[in-house]
Amino acid sequence: MNSIERRLAIADLFADYVACLDGDRLESWLECFVEGCVYCIISRENLRLGLPLALLLCENKDMLRDRVVSLRAANEYRVHTDKHLVGSVRIKGPKEDAWAVEADYAMFQTDAEGNGSLYSFGTYESEVVFVEEAPKLRSHRVVVDNWNIPHMLSTPI
Amino acid sequence: MSLHVDWPRNDYSRVPYRLYHDPEVYALEQERIFKGPTWSYLCLEAEIPELGDYLTTWVGDTPVVANRGPDGAVYAFVNRCAHRGAAVCREARGNTRFHTCIYHRWSYDHAGKLRGIPFFRGIGGEGGMDEDFDMSRHGLRPLRVACFEGVVFGTFADTTEPIETYLGAVLRGHIGRLMSRPLRILGYQRQRIEGNWKLYLENLRDTYHASLLHEFLVTFGLDRATQKGGVEMDGRHRHNLTYAHVASDDEQAARAAYGRQRVRADSLTLRDPSLLEFRREYPDDRNLAISTVFPNAAFQQLNNSLATRQVQTKGIDGFDLVWTYFGYADDGEDMTAHRLRQANLFGPGGLVSMEDAEAIEIAHRSTRREDAETVVEVGGKGEISDRAYRVNDVPVRGFWSYYAELMGIEPEGAVR
Repeated sequence: MNSIERRLAIADLFADYVACLDGDRLESWLECFVEGCVYCIISRENLRLGLPLALLLCENKDMLRDRVVSLRAANEYRVHTDKHLVGSVRIKGPKEDAWAVEADYAMFQTDAEGNGSLYSFGTYESEVVFVEEAPKLRSHRVVVDNWNIPHMLSTPI
Repeated sequence: MSLHVDWPRNDYSRVPYRLYHDPEVYALEQERIFKGPTWSYLCLEAEIPELGDYLTTWVGDTPVVANRGPDGAVYAFVNRCAHRGAAVCREARGNTRFHTCIYHRWSYDHAGKLRGIPFFRGIGGEGGMDEDFDMSRHGLRPLRVACFEGVVFGTFADTTEPIETYLGAVLRGHIGRLMSRPLRILGYQRQRIEGNWKLYLENLRDTYHASLLHEFLVTFGLDRATQKGGVEMDGRHRHNLTYAHVASDDEQAARAAYGRQRVRADSLTLRDPSLLEFRREYPDDRNLAISTVFPNAAFQQLNNSLATRQVQTKGIDGFDLVWTYFGYADDGEDMTAHRLRQANLFGPGGLVSMEDAEAIEIAHRSTRREDAETVVEVGGKGEISDRAYRVNDVPVRGFWSYYAELMGIEPEGAVR
């Protein structure tokens, strides 16, 4: 793959990522990640204060799988559907063995009666690696700008 | 302002839904509870360690600043300029010697005393304040502050009993246990729940729901009603501590007990069980100990996830829940990483706590125009007292008994 092909593939990865979430295909969403991935959702506030606490932290793909299984089988949460909008994917170029990528997102939620609201917005800060020519997330940090979480945080952002 | 409430029973085993929805009730709560003879949780001392450190918070609907004065003591005052009512401190936290309102630059010290007014005598003898203006009478309203084991409480009332008496032995013990070593603040989480604040205070006092609503707890044996545990309260039954002992039940028997109630207890396994590891760090073997302090706080230990929770009322229909996670200053890197991992259990996205917000919102939503009452009699009616078992919601009745006393709405022959 040349550089242009890789850039297009990274943009596709982000499009697939949100399409899986919005389509409630969480098991397919897992395939956006490598085994040794880190996924976390963290408030802009904690980052600014230099505090390490996340809203959700998965330090490998098994923890991510556990999250999905728990959402499916154990957790109860607001009945909702999601819609993510992702802004321009800023590909900062290859850095050692990974590509540093950032993209702003907005996520809307709709309840069971069709009422919609802006649920979350912020920035994806990611490291993408290529595994057999396919781009995968090795690190994916969701920095939430509106960190007073409406209702609760259930399905991933 | 006075209120009349028809309590169907004097032991609070029935609570009228109106109390969660009537704006007049809410207004009276602000006056009698949050500005009444109660100690509200403000923050942890570890959040404002240096002289001049401050943070903004809320006591009910009242904006409050807590800060560390030049003498090292903690002071608190209402964050509302004595001049035109603007918030004096606008940042969530910071460090300063003087708190200056941006509107007309009135300036206050750590205790809220008014220290400076620009153009106090005008310019060239024209303008400014009249001769009889007394700066000492225009400070920010102070709160009395009490620090107990590094936890900062504030009260508006002169009559509030000393913090040690207010908390009582059970809460003093639990807070002392969690605060037994110097703290390291790990971070904050905040969520807005669309329900009346009292629904959350009840939720915290209801051990019956824990292992039914939160299936994650049952499935992985973190908290099961079959374990050794119970609830303890202070003498006035306004606070409570719910606790459980790890591995104190039989795995097979527990799963059978839940199976009979048609609660799933064994369908999940974790591929990465590090999330559930319990590293004993206190003399006892309690893996779960969560206390609530009337009216606005909870102190949480589940395994090694430690946090305070503060309720900030946002009108009759909503409240913010602020989580402050901490570890200990002498935690090694590995222990800090463990606590950060275990933080997944709680908070707005907690594997065992996200359900609470949903339970509160659906209860709030469906009782708006309901002229009926909620039922509180698991673990028995009548006397309000400690229980050495889990299937009960007795402390919920304790909450209401103290609430009713403060609000001046006790029924005849009220159980306390």
